[in-house]
Amino acid sequence: MKATFKIWRGDTKGGEFRDYTTEVAEGMVVLDAIHDIQRTQAPDLACRWNCKAGKCGSCSAEVNGMPKLMCMTRLSELPLENPVTIEPMKAFPVLKDLVTDVSWNFRVKKKIKPFKPRHPDAPDGTWRMQQEDIDRVQEFRKCIECFLCQDVCHVLRDHQMHERFIGPRFLIHVAALEMHPLDTEDRTEELRNEQGIGYCNITKCCTKVCPESIQITDNGIIPLKERVVDDFYDPFGWIWRWLKRKLKS
Amino acid sequence: MPDYETFEHDVLVIGAGGAGLRAAIEASAAGVRVGLVCKSLLGKAHTVMAEGGIAAALANVDERDNWKVHFADTMRGGQYVNQWRMAELHAKEAPDRVRELEAWGAVFDRTKDGRILQRHFGGHKYPRLAHVGDRTGLEMIRTLQDHGVHRGIDVHMEHTILSLLKDGDRVVGAFGYERERGRFKIFRAKAVVLATGGVGRAYKITSNSWEYTGDGHTLAYDAGADLIDMEFIQFHPTGMVWPPSVMGILVTEGVRGEGGILTNNEGRRFMFDAIPENYRAQTADNEEEGWRYCQGAKDARRPPELLTRDHVSRCIVREIKEGRGSPHGGVYLDISWIKQKLPNAAEYIKRKLPSMYHQFKQLADIDITEQPMEVGPTTHYIMGGVHVDPDTQMSRVPGLFAAGECAAGINGANRLGGNSLSDLLVFGKRAGEFAAQFAKQNSLGKIDPPQAEQIESAAREALAPFERSSSESPYQVQKDLQDTMQDLVGIVRNESEMREALGKIDDFKKRAENAAVSGNREYNPGWHTALDLKNLLAVSEAITVAALERKESRGAQFRDDYPDKDGQFAKVNTMISKAEDGSMQIRLEPLPEMPDYLKQIIEEMK
Repeated sequence: MKATFKIWRGDTKGGEFRDYTTEVAEGMVVLDAIHDIQRTQAPDLACRWNCKAGKCGSCSAEVNGMPKLMCMTRLSELPLENPVTIEPMKAFPVLKDLVTDVSWNFRVKKKIKPFKPRHPDAPDGTWRMQQEDIDRVQEFRKCIECFLCQDVCHVLRDHQMHERFIGPRFLIHVAALEMHPLDTEDRTEELRNEQGIGYCNITKCCTKVCPESIQITDNGIIPLKERVVDDFYDPFGWIWRWLKRKLKS
Repeated sequence: MPDYETFEHDVLVIGAGGAGLRAAIEASAAGVRVGLVCKSLLGKAHTVMAEGGIAAALANVDERDNWKVHFADTMRGGQYVNQWRMAELHAKEAPDRVRELEAWGAVFDRTKDGRILQRHFGGHKYPRLAHVGDRTGLEMIRTLQDHGVHRGIDVHMEHTILSLLKDGDRVVGAFGYERERGRFKIFRAKAVVLATGGVGRAYKITSNSWEYTGDGHTLAYDAGADLIDMEFIQFHPTGMVWPPSVMGILVTEGVRGEGGILTNNEGRRFMFDAIPENYRAQTADNEEEGWRYCQGAKDARRPPELLTRDHVSRCIVREIKEGRGSPHGGVYLDISWIKQKLPNAAEYIKRKLPSMYHQFKQLADIDITEQPMEVGPTTHYIMGGVHVDPDTQMSRVPGLFAAGECAAGINGANRLGGNSLSDLLVFGKRAGEFAAQFAKQNSLGKIDPPQAEQIESAAREALAPFERSSSESPYQVQKDLQDTMQDLVGIVRNESEMREALGKIDDFKKRAENAAVSGNREYNPGWHTALDLKNLLAVSEAITVAALERKESRGAQFRDDYPDKDGQFAKVNTMISKAEDGSMQIRLEPLPEMPDYLKQIIEEMK
């Protein structure tokens, strides 16, 4: 059986969709079709991929308008009577064909205060943590940095506010640090200011596209928003922070 | 020489998986300027795929464990052709490396008293693998990446190294290109650490990711280093076999660690039929004992499904060849049966093996809590690689270090699961440490006319595919090579097939020299594939030459023309190097003599 794929071809200067028709068989995923097309029709079709098992987060693209990992999108879940549209992530500048410039993400991460553990709990230099206290953090650390959540978030995708909003992926990164039982750092100030947590209006598109089913909004962003509110918008919070500063000095 | 962008570092690390990142972090901690080059994006190296765990004798779950037991297990698994000193260092230092990861933010699964949890795994006497569900590789690389980015390391993402630059005997840098625009770059360095991983992409059915084309192996070989143990390729027994698009994707040994059993199409647990002599004392002789072991009973022995990977792979191949396989050419791996033993089995399976559950549901529409999986052997790991000094990880080429899968020696003829992640940390750290030391003791090498000629020639060679007008596609050459290696240098080998393979590889080399590429240099995967061919062909040749030389079956190497172990090969390693005339030479080197205190440990643990 054959199917047609409308694939975006182009570079920094622009481009257009081109149709490619190829054989499709049972169990194939979109990435298989891309590989077949590369091998037989378009050897310079640029596409990022690595593991082909949904673990590395390299093959992010938009399939029929939905941000997806190409290696985890089965052709059997797509309507093949019509051409399948495959295009690069819209929230990031295009480099070539399906490859986008995601370097902004790496720059953002560098600016987030790193993990800073408390002193070890035991004489041998190790810590003690209970499984139930780390379940949430482990959920966040499943993130494969596919950037699909960044791609779909309207603040980045439509409003291109990369300078003022770190996006769902990094809000989860901050949440994983803030909720880490051993971490002693406080990141609410940056969340409120440079990192733009206020821009999230909890529309939950990020949660919908996450291939690891991380409950980004409910388990990560909303609790962080609550912490920011507690620290900065609660009069008791103001008094508490003032007291803490006084006691430190 | 045109002006290629040039970077200067004290230590250049090539590869940003577990070993590369750990080396870069250590070198940077020693106070030298570090550059890190990686073929894919940071944090997406093949390390992310590792599912089982990090083997370290922390003794958090069984206080009987210690480095000596780990050492003995590693040597036994490697059929005693391991480099004993590497196995010793690895067993001794792994616990510290794991604790260090936790200090850097890694969140491992916990024991009831809050310490790092460890699980059973094939070939390990006690539960030893520190893990996070079934995504330990991701946890490791993410922790290292997040720790590393704040250490002032210069990361060059999506850059591929084409060749190493030499000044006399010394390595003085590297030459490569970046994927984005295809521009060439020069990296000058006082010391270079290769951490480029394995060679799985030379085979048709593999669990390995796109970047595993044997780059480091070939760079080292061309620079004058030795490649050791290249015949030992590990075929992981349980890769998916259906549907075709997922063929080769790994099903972690952890499934068997949690109680998963292997059955043939007659419903028989065939692993009980052929327990090898040297493991008989440690293996359960009935199904009930095997189950109790998986549940943590200290007086129970492991089920035969948890014997070493080479043995399990061969048993599976036997079942398939003798017609007792599953419909799509594998055997059955079943974890759903544990609902006979545990009340909330489905929840337990989803919690302990979440990504396996997800992988099968999403890609094959199978619910592993309800049905068995079809699995078969997949090319997974290469025990062979760059021969290095066990303490410093330096090859015989001054300034050239190697760590991780592209280096070799610690695993001998067969690697135990969990020993790779720990290898990355232990030897990544050592490579970084000693590379930094070397850099402090040496100056930056010259990039003068002789090096300029090396660079120009490498650039010309790299651009050649654009000049050709043949119809030879680099993708097709790779595909044909993969089919050849899969069929002729696979799990069951023999002389005539391997000779045939060598002939074909020669042929592929000519075809590769003729492969043409269209389009321009910007992010052109066809061009990248053409460039990778050189490395794939070199390692394929090395694997075949080594396999021919070792006329016996041992560990992961099985030959049906020499099906037994042969004493003459028990104490040697194969060593491959490049001759003056450019041809591949092989010799047998005697194993370094093990000191008495280690011999004693091995005897005691037999």
